[in-house]
Formats: sequence, C-alpha cells, structure tokens
Amino acid sequence: MITSKGSRVAFKNARLIDPASGLDAKGGLLVENGRIADVGPRLFNDAEPHDPEVVDCRGLVLAPGLIDCRVFTGEPGAEHRESLESASAAAAAGGVTSMIVMPNTDPVIDEPSLVDFILRRAAATAKVRVLPCAALTKGLLGETMTEIGLLKEAGAIAFSDGDRSVANARVLRRALAYAATFDALVLSHAEDPELVKGASATEGEFATRLGLPAGPAIAEAMMVERDIRLVELTGARLHFAQISTGAALDTIAAAKARGLPITCGVAAHHLTLNELDVGAYYTFRKVRPPLRSEADRAAMAEGVASGVIDVIVSSHEPQGADTKRQPFASAAAGTVGLETLLPAALTLLHDGRASLSQVLAALTATPARIFGLPAGRLAKGAPADLVLLDEDEPFVVDAEKLSSRARNTAFDGRKFSGRAQKTYVGGECVFERSR
Amino acid sequence: MTSPDAILPSKHLLGIDGLSPANITALLDLADTYVGQGRGTDKKTALLQGRTLINLFFEASTRTQSSFELAGKRLGADVMNMSVKTSSVSKGETLLDTASTLNAMRPDILVVRHQDAGAAELLSRKLDCSVINAGDGAHEHPTQALLDALTIRRHRGNLEGLVVAICGDVLHSRVARSNLRLLSMMGARVRLVAPRTLLPCDADRFGVEIYTDMKQGLAGVDIVMMLRLQLERMAGAFVPSTREYFRFYGLDREKLAYAKPGALVMHPGPMNRGVEIASDIADDVLVSLISEQVEMGVAIRMAILDALARGLAREETESRGMA
Repeated sequence: MITSKGSRVAFKNARLIDPASGLDAKGGLLVENGRIADVGPRLFNDAEPHDPEVVDCRGLVLAPGLIDCRVFTGEPGAEHRESLESASAAAAAGGVTSMIVMPNTDPVIDEPSLVDFILRRAAATAKVRVLPCAALTKGLLGETMTEIGLLKEAGAIAFSDGDRSVANARVLRRALAYAATFDALVLSHAEDPELVKGASATEGEFATRLGLPAGPAIAEAMMVERDIRLVELTGARLHFAQISTGAALDTIAAAKARGLPITCGVAAHHLTLNELDVGAYYTFRKVRPPLRSEADRAAMAEGVASGVIDVIVSSHEPQGADTKRQPFASAAAGTVGLETLLPAALTLLHDGRASLSQVLAALTATPARIFGLPAGRLAKGAPADLVLLDEDEPFVVDAEKLSSRARNTAFDGRKFSGRAQKTYVGGECVFERSR
Repeated sequence: MTSPDAILPSKHLLGIDGLSPANITALLDLADTYVGQGRGTDKKTALLQGRTLINLFFEASTRTQSSFELAGKRLGADVMNMSVKTSSVSKGETLLDTASTLNAMRPDILVVRHQDAGAAELLSRKLDCSVINAGDGAHEHPTQALLDALTIRRHRGNLEGLVVAICGDVLHSRVARSNLRLLSMMGARVRLVAPRTLLPCDADRFGVEIYTDMKQGLAGVDIVMMLRLQLERMAGAFVPSTREYFRFYGLDREKLAYAKPGALVMHPGPMNRGVEIASDIADDVLVSLISEQVEMGVAIRMAILDALARGLAREETESRGMA
C-alpha cells in the first residue's frame, strides 16, 4: 500500500541525475507530503537539513524511480506464480517505482470493472505504483476491439494484447483508428503469429544444431512494417513494446524520421543475451521473442545509445517449475526481470555504449513521456518516486535470493555491476538493501 | 431538353449532386404548398391521374416506401409496390433484367432503393421513365436531405449561416452524404461528429469540420442531426459496444447542453433508443423534429413527383409537336 507521509524527508550528499532536465550534479532533495518539494545542487550545501528524517546519500546516485513498461503478473488467476504484491516487492528491490502491468491474466483485463479491480488490489497490496494496460481486443482474441473509451476512463494507461500480435490487419486498423479517437496509446507485440507458430528459437545455425523448432527473425520486422503503415493510415500513437532485431530497428528509425507517432522498447535480456546463451537447452533463457543473433543484440545496444529505442523494459514474466522444467520446446517462455532491469541496463554504461543519464532516461523520463505519467523526473511537485543507486557495485545474481515469488530468471549466476540501494514511492521507503 | 422554368434539371432525381441552389429552393417552396394539403380533410388531387408510379425497394424500408406511396396516391397516381422478397430478383435476376421487365410495363416514375451505390444511376440509363433515387448504398438519399432541409427551413426560415452537426455513422450513411452536399450548397456550416472508425476517408476534403469529441462537435450548433447506427456495426467491428457508443456518442441532455440554446434535434429514423439517442430527447417535442420530418417527407415527395410529372408532360407535348 502506498501511503504518502505528511512528514519531510531530506536527501543530502547525492549525485542528482534527472534525465528529463539533463541535471547531473551533486546536491540535495527535499520531500514533503509525498512530493518533491525542492531539488538542486545548492540544497543543503550551506546548512544541514533540520528535518526529522535525513538520508545521507554518501555520493550515490539519486534518480527518479524506474518505470517498467512491460510487466506480467499472475493476478488475477495465477497468484501462485506472482501476485501484484509479490511483483511489487521485486520491483521495489529493483528500484522500479511504477510498473505497467499487461492484461494477459485470467480473466483478461478487457472490462472496465477489471481495470478497477487491478487498481484496487494494487492500492491495497502493492508497494509500488501499478498502472494497468487493458486489452486491445476482447479476450485477446484479435477479433473485436475493447471498450477503449470506458477502459481509459476506468484508469487503463494503454491498450495492448500483451504478448500477442493482432494478426488481422483490418481488426488492428479499426482498433487503432478507434484508439486515436480517444488519443489512447496502443502497445504492439510485433511478431507474425503464423511464421513463429511453435517456434522456440530464432532460425539459424544454432537452432539447427540444437534441432529446435525455430521461427525467422524477419517475423518481427514484417509486423513492425505492417503496424507502421496502419499508424500512417489511422494517426494512432503506437509503441512497440519490445523489439529484438536490427531490421525492426531500422524500420522504426525510418518511420520516426518521417515524423510518425511511433516509439519502441527493448527487453533487458535482448540487450544482454544472445541465442548462444540458451546453451544446453537452458529453459530459463527461453523468451518471446526468442534470443537473437549477436548482431541483433549489438544492434539493440546501439539502438538505445542512438535514442531510436526509447525505453528498456524487463518483460517480467513469472513462470513456475511446472512450466519451465520441461524440454526446451515444451517449456513456457519468459523470464522474471524486475530486479535485474537496472543492472542489465547498466551494462550499456560499463560497456561504454551509453552515459548513465542516457541509460536512466530509457527507464524514467522517456517512459513517463510516452505514457503521460507525472513521475519519472526530479522536479518540484513531481511524485517523490526515487531510487538511490550505486552504479558500480558488483554482485552476482542469485535466483534463490530474488524478491519475486517466481524465480525463473534468465540471469542466474550472471555478474553485474550496479543496483538499487534504496527505493522510495511517494516519499515512503519501500526497499532498503541490507548490508 | 429542360425548359428554363423547370424545377428540376433533368427527368430524374438521382442525388443532390446535380441540383443547384435554385432547384432546391424551388422544390422547397413547392413542398411548402403541399404541407397544407396533407393537413386538410381532402388530401387528394388529380395532378398525377393516369400516371403509374412503381416503388422498387431492394432494401427493407418502412417510412420512405410508405411516404412515396402516400405522396403518389395523394396526387392521384396509381402506385405499385414491388417488394424484392416476392419478385424474381430474389430468384437471381440481374438488376438490368428487372429494369427491362419494368420498362415493358411502361411506368411513368420509378422509385428505387438498392444496397449498391450507383444502382439508381444505372437504372436511369436503361429505363424510359423518370427515376427517383430513394437510397443507393452509401452514396445518396436525396429525398431525405430535401425533407430535412424543408423541416429546418420551416423552423429557422433559412439554411444559410446555420451550423449543423451530423453525428454518428457517417461512414456508411447516404443520408449524411446527401445532407452535407445540400447543406453546404445552401450556405450552412456542416460538422461531422463521429469516432474515427465511422468517419469516411478524406472527409475533411468536403469543406466540413471534423470532430471526434461530441461535446466539442456540438458546441454552439443550431441543428443536431443524429444518424442511425446499424446493429451489426456495434459489436466490435466499428465500435466496441452499445454502452460505450451511447456514453461517448449517444445524444443525451448532457451533450445536447453544449449546443446553442434552442437547438433542434433530427433523426432520419428508425431510431435506436439508448444507442444513438436518449428517449427523453427523442420524445421531447420542444427539441425533437423527428415526427415532423416524417410529415415533411410526404410533402417533399409530393413536390418531387409534381415537378417530375410536369417535366414528363412537357416532354410528351414536345415529342407530339415534333411528330
């Protein structure tokens, strides 16, 4: 439950990074009534804060809390895998203060009353902000559009069929046109469903050696191209939830250059892993879309650096032993990722591909802009959603120590540098790393 | 071969396209004289005595078909209704075969409604009689636009300068297309109000203003014209549900409050109450012109039949003169 304290919290000796304004300087920040009351390089320089609660940041980075634009939970319907509460604990531990949850639940979030259910459950149980994405088509069947107007009024932040593509171009065309009527944002999962039917890997030498059923990487670019044409026709705002290939990236770059209202994201695992990481049929690295070639992975890193890729997401997708301890082709796809989102994204910094501010922009200011959120910036009046992070702290991911209920991480045993130390939502500390 | 004093420019009435403002004004003036006839005790004249009018309706219709039937009978014509269900069209006959069959019966005026755009035009080229388009696909429904104009003019005196919002399923509507042509031609400012799924492509090229928000679209308008939303278009193809449509595009008191005080509401019928219009508005005699539209429908159709019959008589006199 998010409760905004009436009291004041003062942060001193911080390295303030606010990608929205370009601020990167030593300074302080004052929280009052759950909002940022003051922030700046000179704050608390001359005089010690006299507030009841003072946080000495000891030179660590204080940044806006992260916004994860693609999170699957099991609530409602599969709470044994992940509830809003358990996902929010993982989010807090990862420095994520807002998570946009996908409608792929049981029942599907395609009714105003179910959006209301998510918001109420989140308010009662979750430590971080939960923003529901409603289904674009009823039952995620790709046949008839949902009540976009009523769902938006109920609090849906965007519309998507989650990990499903709308195969029928006519249905998508009408859904986009209707969404544009309400200036609603549509999230697309770009993968031609027929081309990747039954596939569990990317077509290529590696999948052939392993004998895995595979789908061609172009299944993504094809859908991206189709969707862009439909955006051009309808004027809708479209966000590709996660792309994974250089071909899709090039197409999106060209569409952006033409001024179309298109944005895109990449999953942390597509930035950091390639198809070879599947190794000996390691099902925790079975994801959708599947891990790609090294050239595509490198293109994703370059896409974030160049700004064509707007946001980095976890695509947090909880699975249980029942669905993952299977032969690779039969195993469910998905990896949890809320706690590894920041460390995986920081590899771009440590590889010298992007600045810290650039990496954080893709996790804070840019998603806030795309989804129209008040959070994601260090500005007076903004919600006091904050992360205190050490971008250099080395650690090894241990699946057993994750805060999420599901432990199916693609990064078990992976060495990363940098993670969240403290997380604040509405000025309230929701996570503090134990020493 | 039309004489300069003719009310209509040709022997057919296929659309508002092709009419001039002078034609329309003359038709409306003539129709005004027929309103009184319909209200009197002796509703019948012998103007069209001996003439045969055939109603050929390929789509179900209650008010348009009966309106033409009544108009024809009040002017003394013999009226025959051909319902497609009982005709050989349902046995696979082509439209042109039907046309030549009808032509052999030597009617004077054929009123046709067809689901395909251009059907009335096609028949007019193959038949010797006058053809009136009573609705062809999503193309035109000129008599509806004329009766709407007559209704508005009787309340507002003039069409020029009025702001008229046409709301709802513009995409599939021949009523909207004929109305926007007529109203623009007569100097009214037309707005189209609909979700983007129900707006035709390039609608903005017709010199109209486009709104997707109903409250903005109704702000300050004199006339609100509601369109019928076909039931089969509600269930997710063009709009997600009836309740969502009514919430955002159904005319209720809250939305109507944005229009100019005293704004009038029209609907071509049949209405879907609780879908595109709230019952309390449809039934409010102070704002709803819906019943009056039906009455004006008979008057305008009498005027059209009158004008066409005059043309036929002139044509016949001329051909006798030549012989």
